[in-house]
Amino acid sequence: MKNKLKVLRAERDWTQADLANYLEVSRQTINAIEKGKFDPSLPLAFKAARLFKMTIEEIFQDEA
Amino acid sequence: MSEIKRGNVDNNSNELNWQGKTKQNINRVKMWTLAWVISMALANFGPKFLWNQLESLTIAAITLNFLLGVGMIYANKIYIQNMDEMQKEIHLNSMAWTLGVGLIVGLSYSNLDVTNVIPGPAQISHLILVMGVTNLIAIFVGSRRYK
Repeated sequence: MKNKLKVLRAERDWTQADLANYLEVSRQTINAIEKGKFDPSLPLAFKAARLFKMTIEEIFQDEA
Repeated sequence: MSEIKRGNVDNNSNELNWQGKTKQNINRVKMWTLAWVISMALANFGPKFLWNQLESLTIAAITLNFLLGVGMIYANKIYIQNMDEMQKEIHLNSMAWTLGVGLIVGLSYSNLDVTNVIPGPAQISHLILVMGVTNLIAIFVGSRRYK
């Protein structure tokens, strides 16, 4: 699954640690999600969507 | 701009809470584990070196060791509950490996003992060592997978 977390984070000048703190996950988890190695759960995706004031589909895209 | 957006997030207290909780949980597990290990040594070596085989003190030391073990399990449970979803997945996989390897190796080791293939009785400490190493390797491999 592709996502725009890295871009959205960069636009706000946030570090991975900042985003991790906002989403209450570890920095390693943010890194794995950004690289597409780990797919977040629906609650975490909703949390990210609320944080960036966007829809889930605007942040995460299915690669299939 | 970024500062304004950070302000809008208004999540500073939560971020400290999660990080703080994680550190607190790790320290709690460390303390319970240390106490359990010390009580294990006390229960094992106390009868011989400290209280000259006095049964009541031996039972007390073993009871203390058991209770501290229960505390350690509870501390570990809280620690795992507070993990994020990727950490939970890594630990779930490592625990599955540990349980599976522990079961298979333990029973094979027992068979070797029962059939007298190995000299001397099978030691439970060997199984615990295998499980500990398996858990460490599985966590390491699991963590590397997501890097």
